[in-house]
Amino acid sequence: HLATSLPLPSERDHLRPRIDLIVFMIDIKSKYSLRNVEASLAHVDASFFLGKVCFLVTGVGRVNACSIETNAVCKLGEAYCSPVLFCELELEGIRVVTAQRLLRMLQICAGHIPGVSALSFVPLMRNSDDD
Amino acid sequence: ENVVSQKTAFLLRKAWTLYSVTPLYRFHRARLRDYARLLSAFIAAEKQKGLAVEVGVELDIKVAVSSLADLRGSEQDQAAVLVQLSLRSRASSRNSEDKLVWSGWFCSVYGDDLSENMPEDFTCLPLFLTHGADSYTSMVGRWFQKTFDCCFRRLAISPLNLSWMVAMWAGCQLDKAASAVELVFSVPYLSQPLDISYAIHPEDAKALWDTVQKMPGEITQEEVDVFMDCLYAHFHRHFKIHLSAAKLVKVSTAVASAHCDGIVKILHSQYLSGVLMLLTELAISQIQ
Repeated sequence: HLATSLPLPSERDHLRPRIDLIVFMIDIKSKYSLRNVEASLAHVDASFFLGKVCFLVTGVGRVNACSIETNAVCKLGEAYCSPVLFCELELEGIRVVTAQRLLRMLQICAGHIPGVSALSFVPLMRNSDDD
Repeated sequence: ENVVSQKTAFLLRKAWTLYSVTPLYRFHRARLRDYARLLSAFIAAEKQKGLAVEVGVELDIKVAVSSLADLRGSEQDQAAVLVQLSLRSRASSRNSEDKLVWSGWFCSVYGDDLSENMPEDFTCLPLFLTHGADSYTSMVGRWFQKTFDCCFRRLAISPLNLSWMVAMWAGCQLDKAASAVELVFSVPYLSQPLDISYAIHPEDAKALWDTVQKMPGEITQEEVDVFMDCLYAHFHRHFKIHLSAAKLVKVSTAVASAHCDGIVKILHSQYLSGVLMLLTELAISQIQ
């Protein structure tokens, strides 16, 4: 399901399936997308931040078109205890790999992988920060 | 510190195309006249090969290479090097002046990050600025690359860096009446390209920056963000357009203007050093 911002319209609440993973997409070429994500985060229930939220930064291949500082996004990830993935959608190889990663994360969050739950992401994240 | 002599007046009010240059190997300042001769011969040879700029016109290219002692930041910086190409028509008499057709200069203003651990044989002048036909730029570049084993790359300026520039320069104190602060945005994903030009009265821009900046002489990313967010919010209030979703492609102030393709114009001598310092920094980060 794709949405341009949160909250989702309440009229369809009763029809909506359970949400297992929220991926916030930030376009590095658009400051607006960062502000939009920051505003939308306020509408997310705290329970999602136990591994069911991730930030996906797109457009990183174009260094010269950066409108957002990568530091700012990393700080956002830290503040919300959620992983930040970087990708370049214009390159097919990276697009495919990123999609596979997200799918894997989704499978874990939906409980399809026995023995691994969304909570596993949180300590994994902290370790990579210490590196 | 902000001394701009007659010699450096040529820098002002010209559109310079920016390049980053890796350190020059075995560049000797004492040999500038030799280099001028060698470059002149190279250009003549290129013309013979048919890579001439002017077709069907017999013209000599005169090359001058000089050192600009004033143009540097600290004592650690190498003094700038200026290369000038002039056309001298064979038919002209001794009295007629040579016509300057191309200028390019290498410089380093507070480029310590690069020159710090550089071995002796290398000269660090990471910023290269050119004005004139691309064909001449290409010839001069090729000669330098072949002679000093260096590498030139066009220096693009990201929207993030452009917003730093506009915030810094809009906040500069200027004596005379300043021109408007202008930001040009390009709107993506449209079939027809659309540019939005946002002009702000220079006093308003300076007043805004003054309320944002906490420590004079220091600028943080947060302050630049607040400054830009205020401008975006103001525009949105009036036109319901989110400029933050568009691409900032050009900024223009009374101090200087800069375009994302790596083209700058320095308009005011007072802040020459500051502008060059920022550009040197960008050049160095592109090299590293």
